[in-house]
Amino acid sequence: MSSYQEATARQRIAGMLDEGSFEEFLPPQMRLTSPHLPQLDAPVSFDDGVAVGRGTIEGRKVFIAAQEGAFMGGAVGEVHGAKLVGMLRRAVDERADAVLLLLETGGVRLHEANAGLIAVSEVMRAVLDTRAAGIPVIALVGGANGCFGGMGIVARCTNGVVISEESRLAMSGPEVIETAGGVEEFDARDRALVWRVTGGKHRYLLGDAQAIVSDDIRSFRDAALRLADAARGAGTGLTLEALEAEQRMLGSRLERFGELEDPLEIWEALGVDDPHSVPLLETDAFRELAERHREGAAS
Amino acid sequence: MNWQTVADALFPQGHRIVERNNFLSGEAQVGGQAVTVIGTTAHTPIGVEIALAQATAILDTVRRHPGRPIVIMVDTEGQRLRRRDEMLGINSYMAHLGKCVELARRSGHRIVGLVYDQALSGGFITSGLIADACYALPDATIRVMGLPAMARITKVPLERLEELAVDNPVFAPGAENYRRMGGVAEIWHGELAAALEQAIAQAGPEDRRAELGLERGGRKLSFRVAQAVRTGSDVQAA
Repeated sequence: MSSYQEATARQRIAGMLDEGSFEEFLPPQMRLTSPHLPQLDAPVSFDDGVAVGRGTIEGRKVFIAAQEGAFMGGAVGEVHGAKLVGMLRRAVDERADAVLLLLETGGVRLHEANAGLIAVSEVMRAVLDTRAAGIPVIALVGGANGCFGGMGIVARCTNGVVISEESRLAMSGPEVIETAGGVEEFDARDRALVWRVTGGKHRYLLGDAQAIVSDDIRSFRDAALRLADAARGAGTGLTLEALEAEQRMLGSRLERFGELEDPLEIWEALGVDDPHSVPLLETDAFRELAERHREGAAS
Repeated sequence: MNWQTVADALFPQGHRIVERNNFLSGEAQVGGQAVTVIGTTAHTPIGVEIALAQATAILDTVRRHPGRPIVIMVDTEGQRLRRRDEMLGINSYMAHLGKCVELARRSGHRIVGLVYDQALSGGFITSGLIADACYALPDATIRVMGLPAMARITKVPLERLEELAVDNPVFAPGAENYRRMGGVAEIWHGELAAALEQAIAQAGPEDRRAELGLERGGRKLSFRVAQAVRTGSDVQAA
């Protein structure tokens, strides 16, 4: 076992790809930094918080990106976003077998907010362009910072999401919601509640993640490959049929769970006998339970 | 700004747009052809219901009116900040809306966004920013967050932010800043109906915003960095 959560962005990449196969685009030696951070006296990073490149996994030509949660929470600025877009375009040019996005991010970087927002939008469109070109794009969410903001939307624009129980996928962070609506709306310090609402198990049960794995780099890799291979077989692009199915799933979710207050009630409505036991289950036991109750997951 | 006033000016040849819980939908005539209109009003936050309603209207257009242009009227204070929406997976509802717009684009629909009042952060990514091109009225507000909130979070004094905001489009609110960065195609000062007709005629599926940002000097690195990564070359000088 090698913890995904505790690894840096480059350690995650190294653990995913065949040994020595990673070739980084615009590596830190190029010293390409954000032009916007210094004027706000904020520190810069030589990779602007994301590593992008290509390599191989068991013979597959894989393009990969990993956001570094330790630098500004993995937030997306102008350079960071452009590196993601450039990698996705190159994956299309070079007919990649798969693209893996190792997302760990709070979303838009506020220090360069407008550029970050447009960049996230460009990443979203580039992901969909890549899928349309026949290349599967898979999102991996396993970092301590989770995947939030606009990048939480991007994750759900991919062919599939692999998540760990420990990680989180959502849009607005609990702190933001608490600031806006008060502690009664969302108590950001109630860790159990935060994990029930945004954590990997809930996402998997709802059908918003297509695989849940233990906090192990190899497990992430294997699950991502399975999703990528399955997507290539089924067709990677958007179709009316798939979006109609997704619309039915999201509509039915609203009807069935829209009046409920807590994920525990949703799990119960899904038929889980003892919803309180869900947070305690090990990943394998949880997956076994979830297979009987989870919602289908179109994308 | 009142959505009906804007709609009357955009669609002088007629429109049948209805508002239901701040969600706009219907059809209108532009240059003699029918278009689908969706949007929001009253700065409404985008929650799971409204995201799904917009997506439903888009898919309905793809099914029933192949090729018909789509106009997105934007007025929102951003994504709804509720625990319930997060519990239900609001990011998936937003992503679904974005994917429906993308499917429409790939099926030959031209898609034009117009920020007629306000556009914020998450509510903008899956509305104006997912269109082929997004336009704005001169008084439109576009931002991720206001400078006072930004000062709190970045710990940079408000006075310093205000000073930098004068000639730096990267974090200060405003439609003009988004235009300089390529996120907004143009700001419409003149007659709206003619501008919309032209926008629909010019709309195309390619994302040229980074190039526009470079041409206009508001986002100097984005296009060059993406190109450098794509071609395996060094970042080209501006």
